[in-house]
Amino acid sequence: MTTWREETVNVAGSELVLVRGGQGKPLLALHDEMGYTGWMGWNEELAKSREVIMPLQPGFGKSPRLDWTWRHRDIANFYQNLIREQNLGKVDLLGFSAGGYIAAEMAASNPEQLNSLTLVGPMGIKPDEGEIFDMFACTINTYLRASVASQDNEFTRIYGGDMTPEQFELFEDARAESARIGWEPYMFNFSLPGLLRSAANVKLPTLLIHGEEDRIVPRDCIRKYREALPQAEVVNIPGVGHRPEIEKKDAFVSAVKKLLG
Amino acid sequence: MQIAHFTERPMRYVPEEEVLQNRAFFGVSNKYFDAEKAAHDYNYYLDEACYVEEVGFDGVALNEHHGNPFCSGNVLTTEAAILARITSKVKIILIGTPLPVIKHPLRAAEELATIDVISRGRLVSGWVRGAGSEQFFNNANPAYNREMFNEAHEFVMQAWTRDGPWRYEGKHFHYRHVNPWVKPYQKPVPQQWIPGVLSPETILWCAEKRYPYLGLGTALGPTCDMWDMYADKAAELGYQAGPENFGYLLPVFCADTDEKAQELGKGFIFGGGQNAFSRPEHTLPPGYNSKAAIRMLAHQPGGSWLGVSKAKMMAGQEDSWDASAYEELRQKLIKGYEKVQDNLQVVVGSPETCIKKICDILGVIRPGVFTVFAVQGNVGDKDRLRSVELLGKEVLPAVRAFGKQQDLTGPFDRTPGSVKLAPGTKRGPVVDREALARLNLP
Repeated sequence: MTTWREETVNVAGSELVLVRGGQGKPLLALHDEMGYTGWMGWNEELAKSREVIMPLQPGFGKSPRLDWTWRHRDIANFYQNLIREQNLGKVDLLGFSAGGYIAAEMAASNPEQLNSLTLVGPMGIKPDEGEIFDMFACTINTYLRASVASQDNEFTRIYGGDMTPEQFELFEDARAESARIGWEPYMFNFSLPGLLRSAANVKLPTLLIHGEEDRIVPRDCIRKYREALPQAEVVNIPGVGHRPEIEKKDAFVSAVKKLLG
Repeated sequence: MQIAHFTERPMRYVPEEEVLQNRAFFGVSNKYFDAEKAAHDYNYYLDEACYVEEVGFDGVALNEHHGNPFCSGNVLTTEAAILARITSKVKIILIGTPLPVIKHPLRAAEELATIDVISRGRLVSGWVRGAGSEQFFNNANPAYNREMFNEAHEFVMQAWTRDGPWRYEGKHFHYRHVNPWVKPYQKPVPQQWIPGVLSPETILWCAEKRYPYLGLGTALGPTCDMWDMYADKAAELGYQAGPENFGYLLPVFCADTDEKAQELGKGFIFGGGQNAFSRPEHTLPPGYNSKAAIRMLAHQPGGSWLGVSKAKMMAGQEDSWDASAYEELRQKLIKGYEKVQDNLQVVVGSPETCIKKICDILGVIRPGVFTVFAVQGNVGDKDRLRSVELLGKEVLPAVRAFGKQQDLTGPFDRTPGSVKLAPGTKRGPVVDREALARLNLP
């Protein structure tokens, strides 16, 4: 087992909790809109050759909220200063769902900070067809269940059993902060496709991963990302929903490893 | 004491089954909207308000809700503007304008000032944050609800009192040329009464502003606690809170006999009276409540708050509802109706029954404003009007006499916050807990 640790660093004058594990070149991984799920199989696999660094998003219960942030773009700016202030050098960036939205904003504003970009079921661009699932108009459990095609995987390890009051609070913190920055327009930035031109111009190596049964982020979002980032490779994983990293860990890890080299 | 009449103005033709199958009032499809029937209802409620004035009430209270059939007041200022013209004496009490939901405080300031001017100073301008559900049906970001409420309120105060043009650059609202060519008739501003369901943050805010707080059918024990909290804050600020700082809205269904009243009152169940009959995801939208409130909910596994238990919040919708459970749900709601009567949160009966119970309640919480929340649901014009008549002609005089005997001064009898309290002086009581104990509530 890789040992991982939680540490608090100071970024842009504010505290930020990081989960770090493994050794090697830094792989910065951004969790989704419901928060960090704990150290999972995919973390373990990727940490064999990389240092996996996961910031716990400000306002999600552990890292204090940043009063000045309005949009996912602002969190992206904050994480760019994490890279600078922690001297991480050029990083590989991986983002899940709304974390993918933040990652895309980082790639759009400063692709030179990145070696590569992997977006898993990313929000952030408005689809022409379909809608991004409204996470706020349902209960926590409904959203979690809608996010997978099957619960016969690590899903049960994370979300099975009774929810503790602490976990309930963390989920509510996550939902509140996601609403604060993503309520309107709902989980997309109208300018993002245009802004991504910067990442297209430098041909930032990009991987778009999408579960074929994703009910949260429609396939058209991936098409629009691909349109903005023509250099991107698209990997569709059959039989999984919005959480390929826990639903089909091996297929997910192998796609990411291929990009990371 | 000021006594007002309030109704949600329900759409009275929506089949009960559709509401129950929807598992909530909010979100019932507007495919059931019937313009012809709605035209009757809207006009009827305006006429009813005139009758309310005729039988002697001091005020007509209006509210607004969105995305549901139990309150036809989608934009309360439109009805209030008509009432400003067609009534002549009653206060037009708005409980209230949902500032964060309408997201346009300049427009609100103009509409409300217009109503105050047309009515020659009869507006009482209440403010609300909007129910949880409202945030969805107006796409208002719940995480900024309180921030937007505070900012919008401060803006309206300025728009009503400052000479323009002036410039406003806030956090949520921006107007570079503020110069509304209508200001309130009442100087400096109309009275502002704040309705709520006992949120401590709102109660403290009211105490700071010296605004009367109106409990919306809240349970008597917690109401006493919150009014004490208000009065403590008031004492800190150097004034003695009195009945003029408090109001209470109570569902009262009055008919000629107890039996008839019970029958009519059942409309309360399906007509929006039990607003706890709401989907949990609509009741507590993300960020709408303070972190302290969420923590309290999280640590009360068996308890519930605003009718929403943590278990209900956690349940997935798909497994918490079985369409065949319709009758079961119906029975549950009927049981809830009986429970709120036992708890004195709803009063149903003949004038004699109503008077006794209302006086019992007022004796405990001692409000200066008493608002009757009229019968809900599918009750015909004739029964509704008879209810208004009985309330006005029989219940109202008795309640008024009780208020006088108990010295329940209303906010129009004594300016709220005007009774000074010297520093270090112990404040006087604002509720009667012995009277509460005597009621032996379950």
